[in-house]
Amino acid sequence: MHRDYEKQLRNYHQAKWNEELIFDLSVPGERGVLVTPADASVIQEVGSGLDTIPASLKRKKMPNLPEVNQVRANRHFMRLSQETLSVDTTPDFEGTCTMKYSPKVQEHMVARNPKFTEVHPLQPDETKQGLLEIYYETEQMLKAISGMDAFSLQPGGGATAVFAAACVIRAYHESRGEGYRDEIVTTIFSHPCDAAGPATAGYKVITLMIDPEKGYPSLEDMKAALSERTAAIFITNPEDTGIYNPDIKEYVEAAHEVGAICYYDQANANGMLGIARAKEVGFDAIHYNLHKTFSAPHGGLGPGCGALGVIKDLEQFLPSPRILKEGEKFVLQVNNPQSIGHTRQFFGNSAAVLRAYMWIRTLGAEGVREAAICSVLNNQYLMKKMEQIHGVDIWYAKGKRRLEQCRYSFETLKKETGFGTDDLNHRVMDFGLEEAFLSHHPYIVPEPLTLEPCESCSRDDIDEYVGVYTEMCREAYEEPELLRNAPHNCAIHRMKVENTEKWEELGTTLMQYEKRRKE
Amino acid sequence: MKRIGLIVNPYAGLGGRAGFKGSDDVSIQERALEMGVVPEAPYRALLCLRELERDADDIEILCGAGEMGEDTVRQTVLPYRVEAKAVEGRTTAADTKEAARELLEKGADLLLFAGGDGTARDIMDAVETKIPVIGIPAGVKIHSAVYAMNPQSAGKAAHSFVKETGVTVAEAEVMDIDEELFRQGQVEARLYGYLMVPQIKAYMQGMKAGGYSEAAGLAGIAMEIVSTMENDVCYVIGPGTTTRGIMEAMGLENTLLGVDVVCNKEQIGKDLNEQQLVELLNGRLFRIIVTIIGGQGHVFGRGNQQLSPRILQMAGRDGITIVATRTKLIGLGGRPMTVDTGDPETDQMLSGYYRVVTGYQDYIPYKIVL
Repeated sequence: MHRDYEKQLRNYHQAKWNEELIFDLSVPGERGVLVTPADASVIQEVGSGLDTIPASLKRKKMPNLPEVNQVRANRHFMRLSQETLSVDTTPDFEGTCTMKYSPKVQEHMVARNPKFTEVHPLQPDETKQGLLEIYYETEQMLKAISGMDAFSLQPGGGATAVFAAACVIRAYHESRGEGYRDEIVTTIFSHPCDAAGPATAGYKVITLMIDPEKGYPSLEDMKAALSERTAAIFITNPEDTGIYNPDIKEYVEAAHEVGAICYYDQANANGMLGIARAKEVGFDAIHYNLHKTFSAPHGGLGPGCGALGVIKDLEQFLPSPRILKEGEKFVLQVNNPQSIGHTRQFFGNSAAVLRAYMWIRTLGAEGVREAAICSVLNNQYLMKKMEQIHGVDIWYAKGKRRLEQCRYSFETLKKETGFGTDDLNHRVMDFGLEEAFLSHHPYIVPEPLTLEPCESCSRDDIDEYVGVYTEMCREAYEEPELLRNAPHNCAIHRMKVENTEKWEELGTTLMQYEKRRKE
Repeated sequence: MKRIGLIVNPYAGLGGRAGFKGSDDVSIQERALEMGVVPEAPYRALLCLRELERDADDIEILCGAGEMGEDTVRQTVLPYRVEAKAVEGRTTAADTKEAARELLEKGADLLLFAGGDGTARDIMDAVETKIPVIGIPAGVKIHSAVYAMNPQSAGKAAHSFVKETGVTVAEAEVMDIDEELFRQGQVEARLYGYLMVPQIKAYMQGMKAGGYSEAAGLAGIAMEIVSTMENDVCYVIGPGTTTRGIMEAMGLENTLLGVDVVCNKEQIGKDLNEQQLVELLNGRLFRIIVTIIGGQGHVFGRGNQQLSPRILQMAGRDGITIVATRTKLIGLGGRPMTVDTGDPETDQMLSGYYRVVTGYQDYIPYKIVL
């Protein structure tokens, strides 16, 4: 079926259950599962099971868990899920997030295959060879795609990988007597973690601004920022604008000339897989987001995997443990004296790694490359149609192609109607689409919207998406009331969010928040 | 119940329509009116108030008499009280100031005013930073950062101020533009002072939308500068709100529009002029710490003329640290910083790259270009 999205858009209506919190559903004494007590004779013979638990591990009080039967518990979560939009129900073009389809067979494997779900990372290596093999093979495939010499799959996300990389780079420089290098260079459009990771690791951060013509920083600015104090450059390319810096090699060379390491945040690798490699451009270290580019699902809080890849010179500093192959066996290398240590427990989020493994093996080398090409092609089609909407502009590099994503500006719409992208994000759910990703902070492009269709959406999906934005922009000009009071068809109207600019009133953890509020 | 003050400068914008490039001068106003130019400021104020009519149950307008506000608010459903004395004949700058003072006294929580840079200066003289204000743009020259993008945005910003929690206020620059020079095609602005403006980025002129915390940036800059201060070196702190944070971090008093000098974290000079600076700094090691003033990206020449070419030559290019929040740099929209010291040789010496301090151990390389 092919719907004409110019004539008929979805009239979505979200379920609304007014569902309680599960704690409010608690009925004292109600249980989901009744465990039959052991036979009296058994207890006499071997004692009660509880007695085998060491006293130090036994609870003194019953845990404060809600007491709900199975039927009600199941219904509760099912209802809540109906009040949520997700990639299972809705095309999602979140820029830089690469929300591609995660094949359900992969989900089945990571959730229901006991050979995977029942493995404990502390069980002896001989009994978890399959898991270690998957890690090892995934590493080899990522090496081939990137040109890097070694990977760690331990970091739980992109920002963790970037932080780990900053630690690796510091260890590298210190080992060569150049620990005085205390600065890194990044760009304002690079992902914020490219500044935050090294800053957390103690580096000073120098951020390059954008040349408004090109949409990326000038080589002159880069050279002005580099010095013998530069430890590394941390950049994303293409940045979230979708503009690829064609002179990136010269920037890398300039950094190498001052002895700096070049780190490539490859969160935006989807349009390049099988087409261009970090190695040939000259990068020394990279990360991939296995939960973006390599299909593991994500949507805040993970679990993900920031696969950290490095050249030979940096290998010994990678997080521990590493997974190596000795003859026919796979082993965990835990004694790495020069390693920066571990970035998370055990060897990382294996579910993300397994999905990436399956995705790459299913597609093969040609398939991976084809995915990249399709993602770029889909974006060209989306861009052409978005550009036609009155009120929408594309900043920077006029006439130059974008790769797999693009940042749009609705500033004209805002100026002419008073409605901007925040308003559109309230209305878009009435059509069954999710809120769109606007931009990382700080916003430089005003009223931004960043879209990345990926290879797994169809032309029909793109037509629907554009149809919705066309309609919303029309409403801005002709039926503003629809936008002003949106959303109309959702479970809740608008959340009242308490805002504060006072950083003393914020907390990045609950403990910090409570402590600051008390003060 | 929030009280919102309203002052309309009925002569704002007259000069523009008639091509006079400003309406500060009474004779200019006369000539424009004779030419048949119809005052627009009242209409623009009305557009602003329309956005507030939905809040009629929660607000009360305190307005100037007659054409200074009463005539406008009467055309809406908003409850109002005339709290400023009625004025005989043509209203002047003095009447604007008087009205503003009266509305402040009568308990206005926010002051809306329709006008241009001239009106903004008058409001500033009257209320300083005692209450938050929002400017309804209706003048010819709108170089001051206190204005909303358009009359409707001014109304929406006022609505947000009334309805939302957590709205912060911060100083915005009020610029003084020499109108005579402006008429001759020269823009020479000078920092006149500051007004308090709600930080509602979606509607205010010159603010970029989107989550970046200005307050965190300022705190970071202060931390960076103070933590890297060397013993027995003097630090010449230029005017502005960004540099004020540095003084505050040391617990020192600060001259918002003037130049102070600090050494070993103690203030050794307050609001000094050029001569006093030369005497104090002669023979001593010192650094100058300045920020960008005015919407054109000036580091020198628009509000810190005490830092003369002589002093700048004494400091040398390497003796200058520029501080600015990321928001400020982004607000330049890709244009470089610039200087206008009055001495071409000094201007030349100052051009080139600087490592602008934008936070704690956070820098952006940015150029001064003439």
